[in-house]
Amino acid sequence: MKKEHKHVKSNKKYGMVIDLDKCTGCGACMVSCMAENNVPFKADESNKLDSITWMRVYKLTNDKPYPDTEICYLPRPCQHCEGQHEGHSPCVSVCPATATDYSMETGIVSQIYTRCFGCRYCMAACPYHARYFNWWDPVWPEGMEESLNPDVSVRMRGIVEKCSFCFHRYQRAMEKAHFEDRHELEENEYQTACTQACPSGAITFGDLNNESHAVYKLKKNPNAFRLLERLGTNPKIYYVSSREWVRLAGDNYRPDEKMTAKHKPAKHAPAKQH
Amino acid sequence: MDSALIPKGVKRCSIGQFALFMGFFGAIALWGVYAMLLCWLKGLNQTNMNDYYGFALWIWADLAVIALGGGAFFSGFLKYIVGKDELKNIINYAVLIGFICYSSALLILAIDIGQPLRGWFIFWHANVHSMLTEVAFCLSCYFGVLTIEYIPLILENRQADKVPFFHKLSHNMHENMAIFAATGAFLSFFHQGSLGGVSGVLFGRPFGYREGLFIWPWTFFLYTWSAAAYGPCFTVLVTKITEKVTGKKLVKDNVIELLLKISGWMLFTYIIAKIIDTWYWASVTAPAAGFSLIDFYSNNPFYGIWILLLEIVIGGIVPALILITEKGRKNKFAMALAIILAVIGVCINRWVMVLQVMAVPVMTFDSWVMYFPSWQEIATTILPVAYGVLLIGISYRYLPIFPQEIELNPIEEDTVADKDAEGDVVVGENLVEATEEG
Ligand code: SF4
Ligand code: SF4
Repeated sequence: MKKEHKHVKSNKKYGMVIDLDKCTGCGACMVSCMAENNVPFKADESNKLDSITWMRVYKLTNDKPYPDTEICYLPRPCQHCEGQHEGHSPCVSVCPATATDYSMETGIVSQIYTRCFGCRYCMAACPYHARYFNWWDPVWPEGMEESLNPDVSVRMRGIVEKCSFCFHRYQRAMEKAHFEDRHELEENEYQTACTQACPSGAITFGDLNNESHAVYKLKKNPNAFRLLERLGTNPKIYYVSSREWVRLAGDNYRPDEKMTAKHKPAKHAPAKQH
Repeated sequence: MDSALIPKGVKRCSIGQFALFMGFFGAIALWGVYAMLLCWLKGLNQTNMNDYYGFALWIWADLAVIALGGGAFFSGFLKYIVGKDELKNIINYAVLIGFICYSSALLILAIDIGQPLRGWFIFWHANVHSMLTEVAFCLSCYFGVLTIEYIPLILENRQADKVPFFHKLSHNMHENMAIFAATGAFLSFFHQGSLGGVSGVLFGRPFGYREGLFIWPWTFFLYTWSAAAYGPCFTVLVTKITEKVTGKKLVKDNVIELLLKISGWMLFTYIIAKIIDTWYWASVTAPAAGFSLIDFYSNNPFYGIWILLLEIVIGGIVPALILITEKGRKNKFAMALAIILAVIGVCINRWVMVLQVMAVPVMTFDSWVMYFPSWQEIATTILPVAYGVLLIGISYRYLPIFPQEIELNPIEEDTVADKDAEGDVVVGENLVEATEEG
């Protein structure tokens, strides 16, 4: 029963570096993610509190009056948190049915749709709101079933889903590699749909531990930060921004520590999402 | 008509009145059942929960009823382990209330999960590191214990008791009750604690997260403590309501006072621990995550600092101070006030530890989200209350729940149970016939 949890130690740690200076907020990543992963949608998607967006682009503002107003778009996939010790993600640690798993091989947090029974404890645990519940059974517009991705199972009502880093693409790439008697993947062999769809090249995906992968260097950018690092979630999505207010918006700071914060801003006003 | 089933030596209302009473609460229960079926058949889109409120009214109801049902394990612990023998006069009722609370919690959980048919996965694919797994295991086991504790009571029904096998079975079960009570207390210490752990371990949610001892956050201990403190208050509150409705005194004052005295001291020590916990969380744990206390209580239309004060001062310190003084316990009004405030206090604690945890934005560019339950959620939450009233109604009528009832309410003849009550009685106000001497 527990065989699948045999911890395969590997040094791979897939993650992303998202350059917020490049993101234009076009939403191509969201669209490609929905199409790639058969994400269900409703006829009316205006209520964002119960619609599913594995990748969601937030709009941040520095909340300053014109002419100092600035905005920033921030794409937010699942952060594939590693936690303080490997695999202690906020969500994985709480799931009572082991229906969400931390892969020791890739660092990817996966969701086992057929095992999840919909208690939503993982949603309560995730501070990034990266998890979504299927409040309805998926309904596809007529004919759309034909164009669903055959590599990704559709989900039923009553269970939780979230970004998988297009894990099926990893599986496909690994299959090919094994067939060719290789054990390692080239950087371009496994890329997520959003990375490939981003027209401005804001998203870079790869193995954060692999020196030959672009993300390895990009994450060391002095302007790189992660969301809510202080909570100890240890996410694998890095963001880069040359603007201090954006970097500061990545975490919470008390008023008394604003001046000593790592990314000390000249004059900081809290970022707001609109 | 049903006098043969009514315990000897006690007086009950007419069957007609009883049927009216049952019909009224039965109708409410049916409304709940209808809502429950809607949720099961159509899914959780029947609720007002959403991706920000994955945990909402139902989880609160679960935590609250389990805390309130804590009177069963704690009075069992006091009677059988500590040896407070007087509590034998209220233990049956505490067990019945506990049974209702726990069966309600299991029912609500069954409605709350998105895939009820997969509910057993929690046992089959158990993740031993999850607090919810511990809750599921201990809760189910303890419900088993409560059932075992309730069965001998059922067997004491006048007719059931005539069957020699049942008579002996109930006698033997009574003999061994200490073992079950001890098991129940042990299991309760764990599941009450793990329920506290549910929010305490959420290190991604600074409002709920607490540091702790080894794998247990402080809320683990606080929940067990608070269930032991507040649970008996609820047992007494329900007893007092039952006395009001039946118009009879059912438990002697010394028993109530003893239970409330212990409960009061538990409450007093709990609230000190809770204040220390809150202070440490507000000055060390939350600031380490970049939050000041006021961040959790401002910029939103509902959650102000008032809720913290209501929980700790009005629902904690005040009832504790009343209950630890003899004067407070002996004064009817003060005592009633104390137990009502205590019940409110614990319900608010459970509320904030579920709902406010969900409401507080964690990402700086996120915002507070408010929630109001749908009628289906409300109906399914009222369902257990109606079910509880029904079960209490049946149990009170047909089982010797209160050992002191006969002594406290002597009657000349035991045939009066059939006699019609005089005058019209408003259903819901008068469960059973109001005897003059009540
Ligand atoms: S972002 Fe949320 S869902 Fe993704 S790994 Fe972290 S806690 Fe889990
Ligand atoms: S909703 Fe599913 S994945 Fe999430 S904690 Fe519950 S069983 Fe696990």
